[in-house]
Amino acid sequence: MLHIVNKSPFQTSTLKTCLRMAQPGSAVLLIEDGVYGATQGTDIEAEMRQAGSSIKFYALQPDMDARGITGKLLDGVTLVDYGGFVDLTLQYSTAHSWL
Amino acid sequence: MSEQQATPSGPKVKKFMFVNRKAPYGTIYALESLEVVLITATFDQDVSLVFIDDGVYELVKGQQTKGIGIKNFSPSYRALDGYDVEKLYVDKASMAQRGLTEKDLLVPVEVLDAQAMGRLMAEQDVILSF
Repeated sequence: MLHIVNKSPFQTSTLKTCLRMAQPGSAVLLIEDGVYGATQGTDIEAEMRQAGSSIKFYALQPDMDARGITGKLLDGVTLVDYGGFVDLTLQYSTAHSWL
Repeated sequence: MSEQQATPSGPKVKKFMFVNRKAPYGTIYALESLEVVLITATFDQDVSLVFIDDGVYELVKGQQTKGIGIKNFSPSYRALDGYDVEKLYVDKASMAQRGLTEKDLLVPVEVLDAQAMGRLMAEQDVILSF
């Protein structure tokens, strides 16, 4: 399962809920304002690191660049471009694009 | 447009506060807020901009937006002092929650704790929230 989260973790509970439900071996792709969840030093960093032990995290680089936060990427999160985004949707049989 | 009360020295200047709580680009609120500020600046009122919660992200430096096909509007925050809009405040707790410091921001700001921010809000005549 590929989970796609586009909301800031500080604006809604979307990422928190997604992480509660994502199964080991699934992937979470952060896009748009969701990329703020992939930065260092936030108060959800511990939760992200914990989740990262069983889930693969990805972040869409153009969205991080736009927000000026690429330099703060949390280790363990892999950057992808739009091509990589497409590849992920092909790699995983189903996508849940959370709202 | 409502009429101003004329005083011997001219119309009353009102205190306007713009409350910004949304991250840029994901939604249109940050840009819309800035555009209203730029228009309001032409009316010579006493304007304060505050950035709370995800609004602090609006001021992060180094925004490179070419990849998402949206215009980078962050330089406009630096142009505000040319419009006599110089009072920019950020919420201390919001910065800490996001791992940000003043060094991450593209303009000088005053950092306020919640009590100070609340007192500033209480002084305002008009508050617009985005």
